[in-house]
Amino acid sequence: MDDLILKSGQRAKIKTDSVNLFYGSFQALKNVTMDIQECAITAIIGPSGCGKSSLLRLFNRMNDPIPGVRVEGKILLDDTSIYDKSMDVVALKKRVGMVFQKPNPFPMSVYDNMVFGPRHHGIKQKARLDEIVESYLSQVALWDELKDKLKGSAFDLSPGQQQRLCIARALAVEPEVLLMDESCSALDPESTMQVEGLMEELAKKYTILIVTHSMEQAARVSHMTAFMMMDEDRAGTLVEYAPTEQIFANPKDKRTEDYITGRFG
Amino acid sequence: MKSFKEKLTERVFLLIALSTLSVLALITVFIFIKGMPIIAKVGIIDFVFGMKWAPSQGYYGIFPMIVGSVSVTIGAAIVGVPIAICCSIFLAEFAPVKLRNIFRPAIQLLAAIPSVVYGFWGVLFVVPAIRKYLGGPGLSILAGSIILGIMILPTIISITEVSLLALPRHYKDGALALGLTQWQTIRSLLLPAAKSGIVAAVILGLGRAIGETMAVIMVLGNAVALPHSVLDPVRTLTTNIGIEMGYASGEHQQALFATGIVLFVIIMILNATAQYITRKR
Repeated sequence: MDDLILKSGQRAKIKTDSVNLFYGSFQALKNVTMDIQECAITAIIGPSGCGKSSLLRLFNRMNDPIPGVRVEGKILLDDTSIYDKSMDVVALKKRVGMVFQKPNPFPMSVYDNMVFGPRHHGIKQKARLDEIVESYLSQVALWDELKDKLKGSAFDLSPGQQQRLCIARALAVEPEVLLMDESCSALDPESTMQVEGLMEELAKKYTILIVTHSMEQAARVSHMTAFMMMDEDRAGTLVEYAPTEQIFANPKDKRTEDYITGRFG
Repeated sequence: MKSFKEKLTERVFLLIALSTLSVLALITVFIFIKGMPIIAKVGIIDFVFGMKWAPSQGYYGIFPMIVGSVSVTIGAAIVGVPIAICCSIFLAEFAPVKLRNIFRPAIQLLAAIPSVVYGFWGVLFVVPAIRKYLGGPGLSILAGSIILGIMILPTIISITEVSLLALPRHYKDGALALGLTQWQTIRSLLLPAAKSGIVAAVILGLGRAIGETMAVIMVLGNAVALPHSVLDPVRTLTTNIGIEMGYASGEHQQALFATGIVLFVIIMILNATAQYITRKR
């Protein structure tokens, strides 16, 4: 509970207000309103198809290329509306990083993976790039393992190492928010523990949002938990959003209780 | 247990399939049997690097035609490859589905146009335009390069597009999520990742260019001489065979077959390279 008190005084990094998301005529999200705390881990849980990933991908506009996508309502990042016409989507993606479900290293060396983002954002000096590689690989506890293999292919790493590399690569462009879309689901238990430990560390500096299928994971790492479900129209809705301890110990909504006690989903 | 009928059917199909292979073998053997004696007589060095082609006087040097084939093929690459690659990037990455569905069959149609029609179009439009605006006879390396550059587009575009589309979706997502623009993503991640496919596409395109005959006979001018500029006429290995086979006999005919051997070897090397590169991936 200490954590919760510690976090409760913090401000909201992202605010959503009555957000509806449509793919063509299909409504994927209905009336989602939530504030996401700065420098905390917020977990989004719920059964398959409830719109968790769709919601997450709204925050860095990864849904944009999907044909027929339409967003209603407001999503604010530090009080700027990210679906505003004047929003620079590329700059937004730099501020809101993302780690995917499957580790997705690029087909190049570990070093080139790490500097891929920074280089495109204008950092050219070798010394500065070296510094970035060391500093972010250290943050994800990979530096000691990989410092002699920087020129080796990223494909040669274990899945756990690959995922941590992807996290480091995302951090290297200095985002403020990190979105993690079931980022541990392809990992073995040991790697999962490592990544979870890393998340807790990162939450001191970054606002972290995770989508997870594992309620245990949400309970272990997150400060806040959002429970989502499909309504009768198959649109995703936010059922309950509260501090993680409260959701798991004392859920207010009957549906949340059913889900976390394993009665469905 | 397979029935007799089943087995018989299988054998018949095998036989028919083998017949295609045997045609390849027959043609290869035939060309070599017909062509090797003259190479043996003239000597491989004098044949390949000989400057003078005068069959009536017994001179069989095909070097000017090798230069002709190579220069027109390089020209076709300069004209065609950038267009083809840009086009495939557009189709694979930018084009909305509707536009893509128009473009793709249209590009395939380009491959369906008979080469003599390309040649005819070249003679009537490209050659006079070169003569008028750039000088020279018009029948030239440049005219051939333009025509061939267009003719190799479908090959290069379709293979390049396929290799771009075959890249895992998460490469692109990963790069976009790092805040790269779409063009940055294509240039520094997708193109390098699809490199082997693109190189194979270009090589296969070049194989098609170097083997083309009808269209280039009509626009190249066919002079057997080393060219000094892209506005000079040249003769290629293929056109040499195409032009002279009608009246050649004896050693002359053998020399044309020998020209075919050289062409055969060049194209085999190109295709083997393309296959090697694709397989390595």
